[in-house]
Amino acid sequence: MPLLKSVDSKSSAASVAFRLKGGLFPLTLLEIAHYNCAEFEQQLQSKAAEAPVFFQQTPVVLSFEEFNGDIGALPLSELVAICKSHGLLPVALRNSNTALQAQAKLLDLAIMPVGRVKAAPEEQAPVAEEAPQTAVPVTEQPAEFSHSPSRIVTTPIRSGQQVYAPGGDLIIMASVSAGAEVLADGNIHIYGALRGRALAGVRGDTSARIFCQSLEAELVSIAGNFKVDEDLRNNHWKAAVQASLDEQTLYITPLV
Amino acid sequence: MAKIIVVTSGKGGVGKTTTSAAISSGIAMRGHKTVVIDFDIGLRNLDIIMNCERRVVYDFVNVINGEANLRQALIKDKRAENLYILPASQTRDKDALTVEGVERILNELAADGFEYIICDSPAGIEHGAFMAMYFADLAIVVANPEVSSVRDSDRILGILQSKSRRAEKGERVEECLLLTRYNPERVAKGEMLGVTDVEEILATKLLGVIPESETVLKASNQGIPVIHDTESPAGQAYSDAVSRLLGEEVEHRFMSVEQKGLFQRLFRRSA
Repeated sequence: MPLLKSVDSKSSAASVAFRLKGGLFPLTLLEIAHYNCAEFEQQLQSKAAEAPVFFQQTPVVLSFEEFNGDIGALPLSELVAICKSHGLLPVALRNSNTALQAQAKLLDLAIMPVGRVKAAPEEQAPVAEEAPQTAVPVTEQPAEFSHSPSRIVTTPIRSGQQVYAPGGDLIIMASVSAGAEVLADGNIHIYGALRGRALAGVRGDTSARIFCQSLEAELVSIAGNFKVDEDLRNNHWKAAVQASLDEQTLYITPLV
Repeated sequence: MAKIIVVTSGKGGVGKTTTSAAISSGIAMRGHKTVVIDFDIGLRNLDIIMNCERRVVYDFVNVINGEANLRQALIKDKRAENLYILPASQTRDKDALTVEGVERILNELAADGFEYIICDSPAGIEHGAFMAMYFADLAIVVANPEVSSVRDSDRILGILQSKSRRAEKGERVEECLLLTRYNPERVAKGEMLGVTDVEEILATKLLGVIPESETVLKASNQGIPVIHDTESPAGQAYSDAVSRLLGEEVEHRFMSVEQKGLFQRLFRRSA
């Protein structure tokens, strides 16, 4: 589960200079099949001409899974320079060997674990400054957020109970009691009062939302950004609302 | 087939044992062969409230361990014809109860022709409470009109619907709420949670509202279940609850502030 971050907690805003937060960002892999300086540059140039919008400081992960040839002899700094000159920003390496990893270290590139795309957000953290989040193509949603079954619960969620809908939406056709916790990777719909804690998008889906018939919650969280009872009480308390996230800010808006 | 009813609450001191005594007496008085079992091993109280403390020879744990048979341990109530009490052990600890042992005894009681088996649960959510609720067909959740009690009842309902034998088989335990120590005047002043508040929070069927009454304490000290006091509102309210439990439609009483007398009304108007 990603770390939780209070949206408008006064104390942390004043004294804490930074905080670490989990995030899940789709990254493009640049699979290198073979490398020849002139050929690579020429092909990249034509690709950039086809889709100029994509080649704007776009972070990419260099993958050498399909590489033919002597990977140790590859001039990594040259390759990175060509990428950068055409609007691609290599941030990490995948499926490389130790010789290449030594070069990557000199170039401040992160090393991704072999064949695990899911670990990408954590690995990206050291170079987060280099990779502006605005450049991330948001249209490419990771597969685990789509085509997952929803979980429907028809009975009240009592104090002390925890219900999680992995990979999908959670639909509750009753109330969620104080002291209960409902979690989903997707959206949460509550056709009753929400008196406990509701956490949507727990694996980082910032587009997840929470809907409820009556907001009396202890905590509402989307992708790790949360508001607690005392922040919620002032607005639309006991009203039918939805919670959504926009630019790290959690918004509570009435449903009607 | 015997109906197993657990009287539970989570929180202590809300009136579980008082309720177990009253409800079991009430059902027995309507002609059903009933047994009430004290699951509060080590802190037994039911025998005191039923005034059979001095008649306890063998207890529930003795029967589970095979040191006595059911016939030896069951105490026949002196007031209600069809009522028997199975007292708890005062000297053992709650781990003496086992799922197999409890099940065997419940089966024996059912085979013996008991129609209703009332399990008086200890407070808390530990082993004793778990044993009391595990085999239940119906749960009477006793709550006081205060936030902590209602919260604990909510927790108990959650455990009941996820950990009991019925839940394990994918069925639901029938649940109902009994609100005790209810004081309509304090509710009107906003000092106490109202029936509708509690019903809304717990989202469960209301079995009855027992008004706060001095007769309850008096009855428990005298060892006479309060349901025998047909004059008192608490006794009447328990009697209504028993009727509802047996499937009758009875309107709820004692939920609003009683009408003030003529003198009080005149006095108020002139003031």
